[in-house]
Amino acid sequence: MIWDWDWTLEILPGLLTQGLLVTLQATLGGAVLAFVLGLFVALLRRSRRPYISRPVGAISEFIRGTPLLVQLFVLYYVMPDFGVRMTALTTGIIGLGVHYASYTSEVYRAGIDGVPKGQWEAAIALNLPRRWTWIGVILPQAVRRSLPALGNYLVAIFKESPQLSVITVVDVIGLARELGSERFRYLEPMTVAGLFFLLIAIPASILIRRMERRLDT
Amino acid sequence: MIRFDKVGKRFGDVTVLRELDFHVERGERVTLIGPSGSGKTTILRLLMTLERVTSGTIHVDGQCLSHMRRGDRQVPADERHLRQVRKKIGMVFQQFNLFPNMNVLRNITEAPVRALGVPREQAEEKARELLKMVDLAGKAHAHPSQLSGGQQQRVAIARALAMEPEVLLLDEVTSALDPELVSGVQNLLRDIAHQGNLTLLCVTHEMNFARDISHRVLMFDQGQIVEEGSPEQIFTEPAQQRTRDFLQAVLNA
Repeated sequence: MIWDWDWTLEILPGLLTQGLLVTLQATLGGAVLAFVLGLFVALLRRSRRPYISRPVGAISEFIRGTPLLVQLFVLYYVMPDFGVRMTALTTGIIGLGVHYASYTSEVYRAGIDGVPKGQWEAAIALNLPRRWTWIGVILPQAVRRSLPALGNYLVAIFKESPQLSVITVVDVIGLARELGSERFRYLEPMTVAGLFFLLIAIPASILIRRMERRLDT
Repeated sequence: MIRFDKVGKRFGDVTVLRELDFHVERGERVTLIGPSGSGKTTILRLLMTLERVTSGTIHVDGQCLSHMRRGDRQVPADERHLRQVRKKIGMVFQQFNLFPNMNVLRNITEAPVRALGVPREQAEEKARELLKMVDLAGKAHAHPSQLSGGQQQRVAIARALAMEPEVLLLDEVTSALDPELVSGVQNLLRDIAHQGNLTLLCVTHEMNFARDISHRVLMFDQGQIVEEGSPEQIFTEPAQQRTRDFLQAVLNA
């Protein structure tokens, strides 16, 4: 098998515009949801009211303990029976976001636990209201501590996003598979699609590390 | 101003304070000395409501700090009650505990703005005055990580004073400092002590500093006061053998 440059150039624009666009939409949408939702889950699990913290904890553990693939299937093929109907991409973003929120919540939890006890004590000594202790003192430090791990989850969500193809989202991998099936030839489309991932994931990791270092000072 | 009545504090099986009685007058400056583990810091932490008493009661300015009235019963204080009594008390920590995510000015203004509702401009104006007093006027926009330990502790002192406490608790405030930075912080506290009518409770291992600022010295051992008196009396002619042993050990260190 010899690499077909002509065909590669022919499929490249489609993969780049349609395919990669969908992949990035799913990734960024899923990540934003996971980062925001995860923070709320982390805070709710710390609630002093057990009727809040217990169920939230149980749901979170359940989501973390089941495969993303199953959750996507349920969201896309079962929920419509209950009258919840969404486009494939929206469903995928929600699926990714909710699934990874159960992981990012643990990241935030560790970040919150990592804030030194003296910070809480100083806040008490200054009579800072509880709300402002969280908003002004604890969360900024906790989130900063969480950034490296969150960055890694961003890259993980990016690389897991092709799973959305099982609910008919045509992302860059889905498109590559379609293109390949037309000619029974997967070398070029899959290689190009894989390279896209590499070309984005590596600079993203570098950027995250650089941001991390800047936030460190 | 401050009254401890039969205060006991246990951490699990360890009894830190037992049946402790003492009081501090308004404007009085009292230093607590004694070997580590003798319960001195616990007294400050109880006053700051960072710990709760196991038994007994604490009153600050006539107000009970550990308990409140509900109907005709005494019940442990809730958050709202604690916020009320805490208003009168400020504390400076051994490890400074500045907020690293805020600049110096914000460290000082955050609590007045959020807890007392002081307008931000007014809080900043006051903060700048305090910074001038602690000799850090140029550092308003620096971050804590850019300051030396001594500078950080001076900011922490300004931060505590910004809340205008009536009682200031100093918990080994120079213990974490490099030796050459100790005197700067001590001189500042000496000025503050002699200027205002602040009630001061100070835990320290620096006996000269204790002698300079305090009206009264309490010698602690094993959660009890073994001796108390004026600094002159305690440091020159201690009555108790344990006080003599302790002072000998500290002064020869």
